[in-house]
Amino acid sequence: MKRAHLGLVLLAALLAALPAFAGSYALSVATLILYFAYTGQAWNVMMGFAGQLSLGHSLYVGVGAYAAGAIFFHYGIGPWAGLWVAILLCVALGMVIGFLAFRFGISGVYFALLTIAFAEFTRIGFDHFDWVGGPGGMFLRVAQRDTWDVAAFRGPPLMYYYTMLFLTAGAFALCSFLLKSRAGYYWQAIRENEEAAQALGINSFRWKMYAVALSSAMTAVSGVFFAFYYNNLFPEQMFHISRSIEIILGPIIGGVGTLFGPILGAAVLTLLSDGITELLAALGWEFPGIKQVFYGVVLLLVVMFLPHGIWPPLARRLGLNA
Amino acid sequence: MTPDLILNVTIAGVLTGLVYGLMALGLSVIFGVVRVVNFAHGEMMTIAMYAAVVLFAALKLDPFIVMLPVGAAFFAFGYAMQAGFINPFITRPEHSQFMLLVAVAIIMVNALLMVFGPDARNVQVDYQLESFEIGKILLDKARLYAAIAALVAAAALFAFFKFTLAGKAIRACADNYMGAKVVGLDVKHLYALTFGLGSVCVAIAGCAMVLLVEVTPALGPAYTLLAFVIVIVGGLGSMPGALLGGVLIGVSEALAGLFIAPSAKSMFSFGLLILVLLLRPQGLLGKKA
Repeated sequence: MKRAHLGLVLLAALLAALPAFAGSYALSVATLILYFAYTGQAWNVMMGFAGQLSLGHSLYVGVGAYAAGAIFFHYGIGPWAGLWVAILLCVALGMVIGFLAFRFGISGVYFALLTIAFAEFTRIGFDHFDWVGGPGGMFLRVAQRDTWDVAAFRGPPLMYYYTMLFLTAGAFALCSFLLKSRAGYYWQAIRENEEAAQALGINSFRWKMYAVALSSAMTAVSGVFFAFYYNNLFPEQMFHISRSIEIILGPIIGGVGTLFGPILGAAVLTLLSDGITELLAALGWEFPGIKQVFYGVVLLLVVMFLPHGIWPPLARRLGLNA
Repeated sequence: MTPDLILNVTIAGVLTGLVYGLMALGLSVIFGVVRVVNFAHGEMMTIAMYAAVVLFAALKLDPFIVMLPVGAAFFAFGYAMQAGFINPFITRPEHSQFMLLVAVAIIMVNALLMVFGPDARNVQVDYQLESFEIGKILLDKARLYAAIAALVAAAALFAFFKFTLAGKAIRACADNYMGAKVVGLDVKHLYALTFGLGSVCVAIAGCAMVLLVEVTPALGPAYTLLAFVIVIVGGLGSMPGALLGGVLIGVSEALAGLFIAPSAKSMFSFGLLILVLLLRPQGLLGKKA
């Protein structure tokens, strides 16, 4: 067994056993970390593997959350059916955006701005979409919180933690399989040099579309989780560009295109954000905005001094080839 | 709804749009030369607006006078930012540049929030409530002056790029990075100069804009998006395109506010952006890449 595998097994065991010794606050932080790790992994499929920079991933989280949420809110149909609606809708949206962009040869900065435009367009649209509550938001009924009701996806925080752990582990396994498969090599070839990839006979349009479809489907699942974990949805909160930025900070800080980067980045950023909050509270420096200023400074330092993210140099130091 | 009202709203949209255009011109010039999208553009705009508010409150200086010192300060700031932070990122991938400027933007918005709090601030000068009447057309004095200032600043920038040696050298860098280096141009200095000039556009647009709207820290990200929309519609890197895009967006916002709902106005802009990206990705006045 290689060191990397051993490390992974240890980490998985640690995370699975975490609820045994973590309090409810630590558990909610861990759930949040896993949420960002999973969503970041989904984004990483599109950007890290296939090289398509999306700055509008909040679109898929939001549409996924609203789709499953609205079906539950209006018809009382639970998330297991809503999940498929959410995935279908998000994949369809992703395919439309991808088709339009890739057919017309839009890439790089222009593609990024197109994804922002679609997310913002949808945000304002949902502000005027009264069926889901418009700007006033949509609130899902919270029935009971004590017993595990997996069919209705209602239960104690522990259930949400294990769901997110399962999703993150699944996404990690899927991505590590894909990265070593034909699809992964095609995507990386497109990322590194699209023209050369095409010259070798890779249908870059088709493979970019596959990346978008997979990424949007995975992100839709995050949205469904979000809807049933937080139970209230506001367009301003779901689709705002700062949500998209939040999603992609983790993988970029952790290491774009690496398997472990999104997980490490999510953990670092969430703990950093919490740590800054506590530090400032301890110092008594509680002005609005001061926390984000610190956060911004740390981001600035990381991007300046670790251009490839935290994970690649860390992996080298630990002697892992992951 | 009378035709007069529609005409007046349209004209107000054109005038506001010229100020938008100047802001976007800064973004466009920076992208056209340095090839970096300034994700902190709107945040810089709000800093300029707060500078005008503070100088007005403290010294009773008119925002049109304040344009000169704020513009000079922004030039120095922009130059330093490019020389210190962005130049090392020129050869890095786009997402890395994006992160750098997002971090800068986060710091700027929240620093403003720390210093000024979330409440809206404005300036009040006596000509803000006055207007010129030409037949049935009412021209707000403040809006008209703001638009004139934007046009003068834009014209000065055009002249700089057209007629001065430094302007020509910057255009050379934009046309051919390698070629510019080969003939011995100091590309890094010229890049910093460009970022400084783009920042001056923002400074002047910010000082003018403070006469038209109230400023809050949250306006920064909204202006960043607005500037993106304008430059993509007009053509990223095209200078006349930025002004044209500004006017188009200004008018479409004004009319959408009149006919539909003020809150839906930016949906129109983003719709226009999506259409332009799909039908003419290089923008209305942009050159094919």
